[in-house]
Amino acid sequence: MISLAGITLVADPVGALYWPDEKLLVVADLHLEKGSAFAARGVLLPPYDTATTLARLARLIERYAPRLVIALGDSFHDGDGPLRMAPGDRAALTALQRGRDWVWIAGNHDPDLPDDIGGRLADLLAFGPLTFRHEPSERRSDGEIAGHLHPVARVAQRGRAVSRRCFAGDGRRLVMPAFGAYAGGLNVRDRAIFGLFGTLAFTAHMLGASRLYAIAAERCLPD
Amino acid sequence: MLASADAPYLFGSLKRVILDELHALVVSKRGDLLSLGLARLFRLAPKLTSIGLSATVAEPEELARFMVPQHGGATAQARADLIIAEGGAPPHVTMLDTRERLPWAGHSARHALDEIYRLIQAHRTTLVFVNTRSQAESIFQELWHLNDDNLAIALHHGSLDVAQRRKVETAMASGRLRAVVCTSSLDLGVDWGDVDLVINVGAPKGASRLLQRIGRANHRMDEPSKGVLVPANRFEVLECRAALDAIAENAQDTPPLRLGALDVLAQHVLGCACGEPFLGDELYAEVTTAAPYAGLTRADFDAVVDFVATGGYALKAYERFARIRQGKDGFWRISNPNVAQRYRLNIGTIVAADMLKVRLLRSRASKVIPRGGRLLGEVEEYFIETMVPGDTFVFAGEILKYEALVEDEVYVSRSTAEDPKVPAYEGGKFPLSTYLAARVRGIIAHPKAWRQLPAQVREWLEIQEWRSQLPGVGELLVETFPRGNKHYLICYPFEGRLAHQTLGMLLTRRLERARLRPMGFVANEYALAVWGLGDVAQRIARGDLALAELFNEDMLGDDLEAWLAESALMKRAFRNCAIIAGLIERRFPGEEKSRRQVTISTDLVYDVLRSHQPDHVLLRAARADAATGLLHVRRLADMLSRIRGRIVHKALDHVSPLAVPVMLEIGREMVYGEAADSLLAEAADELVKEAMQ
Repeated sequence: MISLAGITLVADPVGALYWPDEKLLVVADLHLEKGSAFAARGVLLPPYDTATTLARLARLIERYAPRLVIALGDSFHDGDGPLRMAPGDRAALTALQRGRDWVWIAGNHDPDLPDDIGGRLADLLAFGPLTFRHEPSERRSDGEIAGHLHPVARVAQRGRAVSRRCFAGDGRRLVMPAFGAYAGGLNVRDRAIFGLFGTLAFTAHMLGASRLYAIAAERCLPD
Repeated sequence: MLASADAPYLFGSLKRVILDELHALVVSKRGDLLSLGLARLFRLAPKLTSIGLSATVAEPEELARFMVPQHGGATAQARADLIIAEGGAPPHVTMLDTRERLPWAGHSARHALDEIYRLIQAHRTTLVFVNTRSQAESIFQELWHLNDDNLAIALHHGSLDVAQRRKVETAMASGRLRAVVCTSSLDLGVDWGDVDLVINVGAPKGASRLLQRIGRANHRMDEPSKGVLVPANRFEVLECRAALDAIAENAQDTPPLRLGALDVLAQHVLGCACGEPFLGDELYAEVTTAAPYAGLTRADFDAVVDFVATGGYALKAYERFARIRQGKDGFWRISNPNVAQRYRLNIGTIVAADMLKVRLLRSRASKVIPRGGRLLGEVEEYFIETMVPGDTFVFAGEILKYEALVEDEVYVSRSTAEDPKVPAYEGGKFPLSTYLAARVRGIIAHPKAWRQLPAQVREWLEIQEWRSQLPGVGELLVETFPRGNKHYLICYPFEGRLAHQTLGMLLTRRLERARLRPMGFVANEYALAVWGLGDVAQRIARGDLALAELFNEDMLGDDLEAWLAESALMKRAFRNCAIIAGLIERRFPGEEKSRRQVTISTDLVYDVLRSHQPDHVLLRAARADAATGLLHVRRLADMLSRIRGRIVHKALDHVSPLAVPVMLEIGREMVYGEAADSLLAEAADELVKEAMQ
């Protein structure tokens, strides 16, 4: 459970956020078709990333049966991603969208998704006390949920360092972990992330196998 | 140059290739690549002859196969002619008979430093060989503590900065140094005439390797080389004895030839295409003339070509992004010139570990790390990954404080700390050779051979015989005993740390299934200790646990697969294969990227590929690497089959003398520094009393 602007949200260890009262599911930075974007530049990564990410998302949707899904931007690795999608993956996406609302928030990688991608396109979405957007705003802004930064936390225990994707939040704003199979990470001790909170007084909720582990940012290690 | 279109013109009239220290080349992926290059040269240059040189090789016939084209698959036996040179004077090697107490465990050889220093004083120039970089660092430091005469003693190892190494080499060549503490970085080739003594600290690991090192002294045919072995603990005494016996018999134990790696073949295939278009049939025929690839199946070759072309995926998604394409005439060609340019930028990226540069921090007025600063050398990335800023370690002969990691550079400052967090001993990159292991087992099993051992070691073995028993030559001795509130199982396979670690990993899985609640294990070169809450001896006595089943060879089937799949080892192996095979590029045109900057993590790629295409050629290459290089699965398999039906169980009521060294390793990796040492010392005295009374 993560509390934000007085709202209690379920943080799933897969790296998604669920708002039970509104039956609302949020995922950030899917980076679909990142593999084929690399392939187009000659780096022939395994072409299974989109299928992997969508299968992960399907399991979440099955578990929570949300009324609304918000994809928090950078859902595709680049603007041509939807065109390169394999027919099977495309059908899987359409099946996930069926029977529920779906909002694509625009990201810097995918500012102009085609209309036929299904669901609605938006730059930003306000929902009660919460605001959903891709890039965190520079000003301190209560109730903001964003993605973009792919936060990762690193801790050492008994001489062994462990690195995991994480939610980074201070009770007022929250940065979500990247969800995509090929999405990389940025250390929470990087200025781009801790700068958002002004100080190290925030928490990294690291993704474990079956639960989250809340670690004070002060205890996290830089790279 | 072999990958250029001019290659036929450049090399067509080549007459001779000389391969020096060939035995050291053929055991790695470099050797695989070399063999493929040779195969190509033999095709381009019909008049080519090859000459290979080696002073220490167990199976010269295998090297002779490596040097010439093989025709007829895995069973082909074409060989170069073999010329055996007259041996020089036999080396004069002895073991230091220390007057100090021989340590039970550890590799520091601290007890013998005084004696080593006196040997240095008594000789003109001494090389002090050690097994690991961290050992080199700590022995160098300790020698300087003793160095009241201010003798010129220097340090040389593979991760020091090149400029610094060259300086030491020049000083050495001009006779200005009295001693150099070094690692295998000086094993080969360097011919420094004036060395009159070689000291080998720690276990020799292999007879051939030791001979190569001793040969650094008196590099002249007619004079004997002089060497002194300094064992750092009791087991190493046995290993040194075994090596001395092997040297006396002039026995060699270099490892056998390896099977050619598929990731290296992928790099070669792309290189061939960058040179000139190729036909699958012809290139397959050429590749299989290289001895390591003589047994390569056509299916595997085609899988590698498919990987080079479009990634080799079952899902055919990348036809339009192919790097090489087959034309209607059957020839494979690169699809555009960029492919060749990028290949040339990334060629030869055969590296064992990712290295980070170590720089001395200039000054630190603010929190910002200023870039630049004096370059001290390189360290393995995984070593730094386990450290926290503020930790201290010994490097380049100084105690340094880890400050920050910026991209691929580690920033450090000089530390005033007296007790550095010296890196945990890594066991050395060279495992105990199978040959020496067998000899050590032989010495232990035959009390008559003990006459040549120091009295302390003899006494240790005698008490073992009385308190428990000695492991027989073809047997596996398994001891069980309670200690504290835990139950211990110790076995003595003598197959090296890597094979033992694999065994420990697999045994704990099995004990877990038998509800014996194992809690951990620790391995050294000779033994494995597993401990847990369940009483193994009691279960054996009751007849509901059989050691024969616990040590059954079938553990190398599903259990191994299941463990491998989730192991970090596999991810490291996969990353290396992905880089060598050219899946991930380190360098792009116009910019040099370090691995830390590569925009995709190979760990993520590994996870995705493993779940969708577990038989992909790169996963197979990674598995082969892990099994041979990191896990020593073959060695473990041979051992399990050797001891089948010959497991001897001793249920003891407390720890045996032979078990003490491995018991002392428990917890070693967790604690460092002074406190840890005194803890260890305490534990040691207590254990020894218990075992020997």
